[in-house]
Amino acid sequence: MSKAPTQKPSPAKAAAKKAPARKTAAPKASVAVSAAAVEPHGHTHAHDVDHGHGHDDHGHHDDGHAHGSMRDYLIGFGLSVVLTAIPFWLVMSGVFAPQLTGGIIMAFAVAQIVVHMIFFLHMNAKSEGGWTILALIFTLILVVIALTGSLWVMYHLNTNMMPQGMDMNPAP
Amino acid sequence: MASAVKTLAPGEEVVFHLKEEPHHPEGSSTMLGFWLYLMSDCLIFAMLFAVFGVIGGNYAGGPGPKALFELPLVALNTAMLLFSSITYGFAMLAMVRKNVAQTLIWLAITGVFGLCFLGIELYEFAHLIHEGATPQRSGFLSAFFTLVGTHGLHVTFGLIWLVTLMVQIGWKGLIPANQRRLMCLSLFWHFLDVIWIGVFTFVYLMGMLR
Repeated sequence: MSKAPTQKPSPAKAAAKKAPARKTAAPKASVAVSAAAVEPHGHTHAHDVDHGHGHDDHGHHDDGHAHGSMRDYLIGFGLSVVLTAIPFWLVMSGVFAPQLTGGIIMAFAVAQIVVHMIFFLHMNAKSEGGWTILALIFTLILVVIALTGSLWVMYHLNTNMMPQGMDMNPAP
Repeated sequence: MASAVKTLAPGEEVVFHLKEEPHHPEGSSTMLGFWLYLMSDCLIFAMLFAVFGVIGGNYAGGPGPKALFELPLVALNTAMLLFSSITYGFAMLAMVRKNVAQTLIWLAITGVFGLCFLGIELYEFAHLIHEGATPQRSGFLSAFFTLVGTHGLHVTFGLIWLVTLMVQIGWKGLIPANQRRLMCLSLFWHFLDVIWIGVFTFVYLMGMLR
């Protein structure tokens, strides 16, 4: 705990992030220490930690629910613009064969969804005690089963039910 | 074990549960609950994507994606939604700073981008219907209007929610309840942007490659 004031890089943010975790682990006395340690660096964070006890919203801070930072949003936005512009350009210019382009833009879409999840929706393995990521994984499994199952079954249905015999070899 | 035996004091009641519920602060479970709602919403869209994947190639002799879609318009629409996402992020950052005026301004800008998105989408729909590409025309168009229309409906309700929240914030300020609501709408709004990634990739871009 007493190390906090001596840490020079990433001052207020790192200390404030650690503070709630300590709060759950250690008794109140150590909270006062960590809050005091944050004080000289950043007023707002120290304020949150200090007065959070009486507030209704104090549960969110404990659960590690992230609001994100300006840096997070700008990185996410920059990546999204690039990951959107390239697929549009690929399709509109038609530099590659359609099948290759299709594969590439699907990969870009998956990458952009991951970027949005991390930088905009602030997903991480710890928020709400891991329940959000668990619900997400469960949903993704269902989505993959439903999508691949539907496409697979219906594709086979289409090809097998096609009246090929009549079209290809007309009866004499 | 012998240690499990407990003698009752006279008049003591036998209970097999906690007499008092553990204290949960108000709204402590809202974010998880809202996330679960979003996951179920995600399943709705997964089904609509599956439908589009299955019957999206059935043109019934009608117009196909290449004849109907205008990619520059879709790119503009995508940009509107992406801009609205980042401006909502700025509103959240202003909320963390407890700055009511900036929060409201960024929310208003988000709303304008959202309205632009809806306007462009409705213009596109009107254009399609004017050309005779109505939902009844083919399986492809039915699936297209259902999927994209459902997304548009979500954006519409998101906008109504946004305006409601702006009124509430103007009225009561950034009280904990309003902050919680803002965080829920933040999840909702960014989630819609995630769905739109699937729409523009799977429906529009892949449609042009068919």
